[in-house]
Amino acid sequence: MKIATKFLGEVDIAEQDILTFEQGLLGLEEEKEFVLLPIDADLPLALLQSVLHMEIGFVVAYPFAFKKDYSFDISEEDREQLQIEKEEDVLPYSIVTMKETFQDSTINLLAPVILNMAKKRGKQIVLQDNKAFPLRYPMQPLEGSVK
Amino acid sequence: MLVLSRKKDESIMIGDQIEIKILAVEGEQIKLGIVAPKTVKVHRSEVFEAIQAQNKEALASSSNFLEQLKKK
Repeated sequence: MKIATKFLGEVDIAEQDILTFEQGLLGLEEEKEFVLLPIDADLPLALLQSVLHMEIGFVVAYPFAFKKDYSFDISEEDREQLQIEKEEDVLPYSIVTMKETFQDSTINLLAPVILNMAKKRGKQIVLQDNKAFPLRYPMQPLEGSVK
Repeated sequence: MLVLSRKKDESIMIGDQIEIKILAVEGEQIKLGIVAPKTVKVHRSEVFEAIQAQNKEALASSSNFLEQLKKK
């Protein structure tokens, strides 16, 4: 099926690519179906696009590419909702707030989007308050991790 | 909404596993102690509001960002 995307034009997706967010995202509780689309093979970024609404698309970043010592716990409740069986199935992404320049842009380390690629489920979880992993972490790439 | 009055060192139970105790009252500030099972998440409500606002801001951000990335 073809869907209209925020930044990538029209994209052909398969039914099995759809990720279900039972609770939507924080502030967007009604938005329950997303797809993860590659943006550029050289960058640790992707587009988390709503299947239904073109204007709802988030640029997301692989957090470890920007914060090497990033870590998080997934609660038992979240684990159940995401149907996580193996650690390898878990793919975390951080929502990017894009500013005019890359240097001014930030990523949200406090509330990562956790995807279970095996079960095609996703949820935005909230970590315990932690100064090292803030809501707005400057998006400075680590040496050598981004082309 | 249930409204209860409590004094310092008094507490309330929510269900049989969550206890909220008043540890100190200093002017406008109240210090709470929360005892809850690990599976119960406890957050300040501002945290949720801030994350919601950040999600909205992320959605509103400009699209020329990707062009810039490609130029880099």
